[in-house]
Amino acid sequence: MSASPALTNKQDVCVHIQNVSHSFGVEGQPKHVRALLDTTMDIHRGELLALIGPSGCGKSTLLNVIGGILNPTTGTASVNGKSVDGPMPHDIAYVFQENALFPWNTIIENIRLGMLFQGVPKADHEGRAREALQAVGLSEFADHYPAQLSGGMRQRAALARALSLDTPVVLMDEPFGALDEQTRMVLGEDLSALLSRTGKTIIFVTHSLGEAVFLADRIAVFTARPGRIKEVIPVEEPHPRKASFMTSDKFNGLRNRLFDLLHDEIRKTVSLTSGSSGGF
Amino acid sequence: MSAPVKATLSADQHERRLSRLVQLGFVASLALLWYLATNVWGMSPLLLPKPQNAFEELLDILRSGEFWPDLLLTLGELAGAFAISMTLGLAIGFMVSLSPVFVRIFEPLLAGVYAVPIILFLPLYVLFFGLGASSKIALGATISFFPIVLNTIAGFISVDKLYVTAAKSMGASPTVLLRHVLIPGALPIILSGLRMGFTVALLSIIGSETIASLSGLGHRIVNLAESLEIARMFAYIVFVIAIAATLNSMVSRLEASRSLDK
Ligand SMILES: Nc1ncnc2c1ncn2[C@@H]1O[C@H](COP(=O)(O)OP(=O)(O)OP(=O)(O)O)[C@@H](O)[C@H]1O
Ligand SMILES: [Mg+2]
Repeated sequence: MSASPALTNKQDVCVHIQNVSHSFGVEGQPKHVRALLDTTMDIHRGELLALIGPSGCGKSTLLNVIGGILNPTTGTASVNGKSVDGPMPHDIAYVFQENALFPWNTIIENIRLGMLFQGVPKADHEGRAREALQAVGLSEFADHYPAQLSGGMRQRAALARALSLDTPVVLMDEPFGALDEQTRMVLGEDLSALLSRTGKTIIFVTHSLGEAVFLADRIAVFTARPGRIKEVIPVEEPHPRKASFMTSDKFNGLRNRLFDLLHDEIRKTVSLTSGSSGGF
Repeated sequence: MSAPVKATLSADQHERRLSRLVQLGFVASLALLWYLATNVWGMSPLLLPKPQNAFEELLDILRSGEFWPDLLLTLGELAGAFAISMTLGLAIGFMVSLSPVFVRIFEPLLAGVYAVPIILFLPLYVLFFGLGASSKIALGATISFFPIVLNTIAGFISVDKLYVTAAKSMGASPTVLLRHVLIPGALPIILSGLRMGFTVALLSIIGSETIASLSGLGHRIVNLAESLEIARMFAYIVFVIAIAATLNSMVSRLEASRSLDK
């Protein structure tokens, strides 16, 4: 079943997913949905794994299982050798698909609160919050409320909050979804540099083929619902990646391969509506 | 950056000034109507005194300071009633909000009782608590409990689960979660419940003072009506309206300032 390459060096595995399946609702009821089917995958320490697949195929569900927010119907996940049975705030930071910044706090308060929740000593809050804001280019907006920022700025703020927690693993659910392609790529460059420095393990969901190829070490392509990993594509390009990678033949080759893989799956999920099929 | 902010601010101020103007105009035309009805159209002073007479009475009341005992009693009753209903309303509302099952059971129950005109039970309250302040406090507390408890429940269950999940994923303990996520998330709705509770407590206390009481502002007004001192009665009515308006605007301002940081 598993499409992931078996790892030989067990010590290198940071996130281990074993036969995870998840269904919502009661079997036999009309609202019963099989969201994720028998997924097995190992994510190496320091690796950047992209999850890509049709809408509703279970990508967020898989992140929720890894993040300890959802108990899978069957199967297990473990992070840093510990089996996941609830949130692990010291190991995992989670950037949610929907905006999860607290609307009643300013951006910097949001970031400080995250550290307070996690148990970071108060004295470190200010410095780390400013640093994280700097990293996503939002220093000037520290005292704004989320509602006063654009959608893309809010996503960057949420990313800053996750980075400030300084966890070895970061889960990101379409972190740049609301950003334009150009900003997304520039932020991607920065993220790539940041990752090569910090050695974080990152699992992120994206709908952008270019972003997946540009950022990821490996790309897991999902089938239509119920989602399974259809294929894992290695990118094999060292971090930090330069913008020039984006125009290389290798980049385009991988991107086209992804397109082919996804195209069939997406055909299965969406019916043809007047000319709006493309989307990417 | 600063130009558009300034622009919206001044537009805001402009609008506020305009609405103040309309409100003042409304009060002024009421006063004018009152003046015309009594001085020009010849309405009987037994039904409606002349405003200038009522104004003289009001000055006399304020100068003599005779209102103090009644005012302090009524405000004391209000404070007592509100303290009780706020404490119970917040505590019970929070506990009910903890479980969807509790909410399903108790929310319709409380909303049902809220719709009952509890003032009808005033005779019972008087039987139990006597004609003094206790019966007013008990009645005011009962009536204002419902909007407070209902809004507290509504406030807590309105907090988006995503915020709770996010906070837990960052390691928030239950108390930290309450303080930094649940309370700030629920606050706007809770505050409006407290404001409603405050208003109905004031209404029901003054109302019950007019029906069954030995003192207090409401009782004073009825007393004056019975002794046909209509001008003085109207002076007291104006006085009570001014007090109520002041209290209300204080509470509203408090509410606005606390829910400003949206
Ligand atoms: N809380 C829930 N209750 C019931 N069904 C759910 C729930 N969450 C998700 N699902 C179902 O599970 C399926 C997978 O959802 P999921 O959010 O994982 O998709 P996704 O791959 O993240 O999609 P997208 O790319 O659109 O975000 C969906 O078809 C959805 O109907
Ligand atoms: Mg999703």
